[in-house]
Parts: sequence; structure tokens; C-alpha cells
Amino acid sequence: MSELFRRDPRAQWIARNRLHPMHQALVIGPVFGPSGLLRKNLHIIGFIGPNGLKRIDRSGASNDSEQGSRRSATASEVILPLHQVVEPAFYIVVVLDLVSGRLNGHDKDTLGLAQQLANRNNGGGAVVAIAFGELKDDSLNKAGVDRLIHINDEQYAHYNPEQRCNDLQGIIGELEPQHILLPDSINGGGDLGRRLAAALQQRPACGVWKLNDDTVICRGSAGKRDITRPLSKLLLVMEECSEPISETRHENILMSQASSPLANGKLFDQGNISVDPNAIPLAEAGFILSGGNGINDWEQFHHTASVLGATEGASRVAVDDGNMPRERQVGATGTWVTAQVYIAVGISGAIQHMQGIGQCDKVVAINTDEGCDMVKRADISAIGDSTEILARLVELVEQRKQAKQTNNEGDDK
Amino acid sequence: MSNNNLSVISLVSIGEHPTSRRPRRAEQDARAIELGIKLVGDNLQTLHAGELSDDDSQQTALRSYLGMGLAEINLLEMPENSDAVLVIAEHLKQKKPDIILTGVRAENGESSGMLPYLLAEQLGMAMVTSIAEILSVDEVNKQAEVLQALPRGQRRKLKVDLPFIASVDMAAALPRQSAFGPARRGQFEEILGTSFTDQESSEWQTADAKKRPKRLKIIKAKTAADRFKAATAKASGGGGKVVHGVEESAQAILDLLVEEGLV
Repeated sequence: MSELFRRDPRAQWIARNRLHPMHQALVIGPVFGPSGLLRKNLHIIGFIGPNGLKRIDRSGASNDSEQGSRRSATASEVILPLHQVVEPAFYIVVVLDLVSGRLNGHDKDTLGLAQQLANRNNGGGAVVAIAFGELKDDSLNKAGVDRLIHINDEQYAHYNPEQRCNDLQGIIGELEPQHILLPDSINGGGDLGRRLAAALQQRPACGVWKLNDDTVICRGSAGKRDITRPLSKLLLVMEECSEPISETRHENILMSQASSPLANGKLFDQGNISVDPNAIPLAEAGFILSGGNGINDWEQFHHTASVLGATEGASRVAVDDGNMPRERQVGATGTWVTAQVYIAVGISGAIQHMQGIGQCDKVVAINTDEGCDMVKRADISAIGDSTEILARLVELVEQRKQAKQTNNEGDDK
Repeated sequence: MSNNNLSVISLVSIGEHPTSRRPRRAEQDARAIELGIKLVGDNLQTLHAGELSDDDSQQTALRSYLGMGLAEINLLEMPENSDAVLVIAEHLKQKKPDIILTGVRAENGESSGMLPYLLAEQLGMAMVTSIAEILSVDEVNKQAEVLQALPRGQRRKLKVDLPFIASVDMAAALPRQSAFGPARRGQFEEILGTSFTDQESSEWQTADAKKRPKRLKIIKAKTAADRFKAATAKASGGGGKVVHGVEESAQAILDLLVEEGLV
């Protein structure tokens, strides 16, 4: 709305009338004198320079001279229309995955499909999102959540699918939703959805990727077949099953619900165990230290990887030279990696290698050549001798670890 | 093998090669058998629900499980396309096993991955999904310690009450090779199962999986100028920071690692 350029007839009239008392303040654009000559008001253009003198920039590089010519579109936040459901005709329940307390793409797609189900056939339904454990995300209203049930307790920080399933049964008994949607993911949604299906004795539609009126299309046979089947009550949906909500705001009203008592839990979470980083398959490693032709001291490279707790990778040259095994090769001919942080040491960045790291989130380059392709791609580029930089990095990390240890010991006392 | 009194049943299905569509041993089921053999050795029982073809070439998929060193496979006979859950549940109610091992999901059919959950519900057992390893089984306290496979190669340790059902993930140890001789020598122990027809799924339409359309990047600009800008603007990359000097570089990298929570 605010981006539209609107005419103000009164201001324009004042700008035309040189005898008006407000004329000076409102003069916009070129002013023509009585003889038809273009007149410039030097008092209103330009800016005061650092030495206190007035400067007029005639190159057009500064914005000040354009101040009066046209109102620039202000980058204000667009307020989306609010979608309200005052008295829901029915409910659609969505159980969110919430990996580390935030909505991910899969959650948003699931909410998008839920809104589609709530608004079809004249609508009137409300989407109830159920969040277990810590909730850090504050954009739930923009993702399509009409009602929110948030169950938070100390035990939900751990893996407790039996307790969650029990809670869900209670909620579903109360709300009697038309549909229940869960992301069919390895982050807990797939497991919880199947537990719920077995407990409710409902046959779920698994791997749903498309909704057509009253039927859904699911991936069956481990991804080899498409099954078209009637819409069921419980849906386990795949990623990109629907567009996420982007054009409306939703109410996100909190519905109170306490966790239900569970008498006989049979699963007990003992916490994650530390994994040898080199035992993690390269394709799914979260933190990779990768070495290339620029490395002279491979002993030091391995030592750095073990200190940092990173999985080791290599460029093709390093593998061909026999410095690293073939299964460690990153790139189009090796493994396509998806790391959260990828450190490339002495790798200039051949196009095949860049393809392989396309999915990585943060890339760090350590290289002597500032003009190489890897430096262009990297979020942080360290220019210098890799041996010295790695040695210093190891020192810093070890210092940090020691400081942490002494801190912990201090706390214990 | 210290777990001699443990009764472990592994459920096997006939897999399907993703490209050639030939029957084969299912990858996850083979891993489940490998896990079972490591746990109890020769005491591992194996169960398959389905028909046994008279044709030798059709038996190769099931025989490749026998080739892993099993003496026999118990075969619950039931017609094709009938509901396996009820047949297996009825059979297992009499057997009362301590541990049941399955794959996460089948390689053909609906492959919803519901079977272990439904069995757990019907038999009143605990259910652990996608395990990579069974660490220990404590028969006195009726508890076992298992490792569950998580995304990004992480592992979670779980304690679970016996008896339990576990579905075995691809992250478990690779199955041993199937040997030809044992595969020929192995026996099928046939038991007649009750037939439960699956009415619902016969009404579904199936087709070969189509490639899913790639999601388009939709530009929701209101004015023509904005749309033009979005269409012509170069992808803003190269906002990278360049650092010179050993000390500064190492510090900048450390700061990034701390920010990402890796150190």
C-alpha cells in the first residue's frame, strides 16, 4: 500500500503558486521562471560537507540532490491480511517437528497443506498446530497456525514418543479433528505419526505428496510407485506437498493443554552418544574439513580434523596423489556433501568440486591465492599459508577447550 | 554368544531392485538378519508371510536369506495381496518372542512402514524405530540397550523393556554375503496361515512414480519495476569476508565455528 505513489493536488497547487506562504517548503521538481527559464533553488539542494562547507554533488551519486524529485518507495514491512477463524466448523491438527525449536521447510509445507484442507469446500476450519518442547520460532502466525497447543515440560527435551502419542490421543479425542497431518520425516514426525495411527487404529496415508480434491497421491514401493487413494483421516506428508503460507497472517491463539499422565513407558532416552566423525558417511556429515593440493603437511591436517571433530574430505587432486582414500573425495565425481560448515584448505575450487559443495551452508576457504573460485564462493576466506593458519587454529581451539574444562571444574566445586 | 535363552525372530520380505524391478533380498531385512545372527547366532528364527512359488527362479530372493547361514525359514502361507499384519500377529502371539526384528519399510507394495507399529500395538510390545545396533540385552532386568540412527550420522542410546520390536535402519552393519551352497540346502518350514483380505487397497490406483515437479521460485512483486528487478538482478553472492594474516584468520574461523556451535 505505502509503496504506491499518490498525488497530492493541494501540494501541487502550492508548488505552482510562487506567492503562497508555504511555497518555499513545498517546491518539488523543476521551477520555471516567468520568462520560461529553468530556475534552480540552490538553498534546498546539496548537503553540508565534513568541513562545514556546502557541497553540491552534480555527479548524481549522492541521494541528497534527488530528495525532492520523487518520493522513493520506502522499504517498510508489508502487513499481510489477517485470516480469522472465529468459530471453527472443524479442526485440522498438525503436529510440528520443530527441529531445535524452529519451523523447518517440511513443517511449513505441512501447514500449507493443512490450510488447503481447512479452506476447501467453503472452509471454516481452523488449523491447530501442536508443538512439543521448546519453541523458539515466533513466525508461527505467518506460517498458517490458527490455534496453537504448546506442551512444554522438562521431559519433552528428550525422545519420548510414547508420551507424545498419549498426549495426542487425548487432544484428538477432545477436538475430533477432520484430518491429522504429520511430516513424514526422520526428525520424529514419521515415527510419531505411525505410533498414533496404530494407537487410533486408523490407516494412514504415508508419503503423501499431492492433494487432488478427495484423493491423495502417495509414494509407495519405497519411492518406485505412485498410489492414488481416497483422502484418509491421518496423513503423513512429504516435503513440498503444498506451497507454504505466504500471503496471510493467522491468529495463532494459544489453547491450553497439559501433558497427560502416562503409566507404563517402555522407552528410556539415554542421550546422544559421541560418534567418531570419520565413521559418519561423507554425504551426511555436518562438519567437513577438506584438503586439496595446497596442503604440504598431511599429518597436521589429520590432527586438525581430530581436534576440531570434523569429518575429513578431499579434493580430486589430493585423492589422485594418494594422500587421501577415494571414498573421501568431494565433488561431482565423488560425494555430494550437505555439510553445515565446510572448510576447504588449499582447494582452489574446480567446477566439479563446487558442484559437490553446492548444498553446504557455510563455506570457509583457506588459500594462498585470493583470486581463486573457492574464495569467491566462501563466506570467510583466510588468505595465507595453510600450515600456519591451521596450527594457530588448533592452538586456539585447544585453549578454548581447556578454558571450558577449568570453568566446568570451577562450577563443580 | 551369551544370549542363548533369548528368542529372537526376524521378519523377512521379498525386496525389489529399484531399477531392474527384480525380486531380491530386501536390504533392511538382510541387515536385520545380520543383527540377529550377531546377537544370538544359530538361535535366530526367521519368518516370512507369503506364498512360496514352485518355480526355482522365483525362490532365489527368499533363498538368498538362507544363504546367510540360516538353517530354515518359517513360511506363513497366505495368498498374495492379503493383509500380512493379522496373520503374523496371530502366529507371534503363540511364539512369545523377546525381540522381533524387521526392516523400516517394505521395498514394494504400499511400503507404509506400519507393520512393526501395528504388531507392537497388537502384541503389547515396545517399539523402537530405525536402530543401528543392539548394544546389550539384560535378561535379568528384562531390558536392552539399543543405538538408534539419527540424521547426520548421529546415534542415540535408548533403553527399552523386553519384549520389543525393532525396525533396522540402513545405518546398521552391512549384511554378510549370501552363499550359494547354504542357500540351496536351507529349508522352508511351511505353516498354513489364516487369510485376511485387504479390501481397501484393492481399490487404489497405482502407477509408476512420476518425477515430481521442481518447486518454482514465485516472485510476488506488486509492481512491474519490482518484477523486472527480480528477473534481472544478479544473484547476490560473494558477500564473503576476506581475512589476511595468520592470527586474524584463525580467530575469524574460530568465531564462525563457535557461532555454529561446533566447537
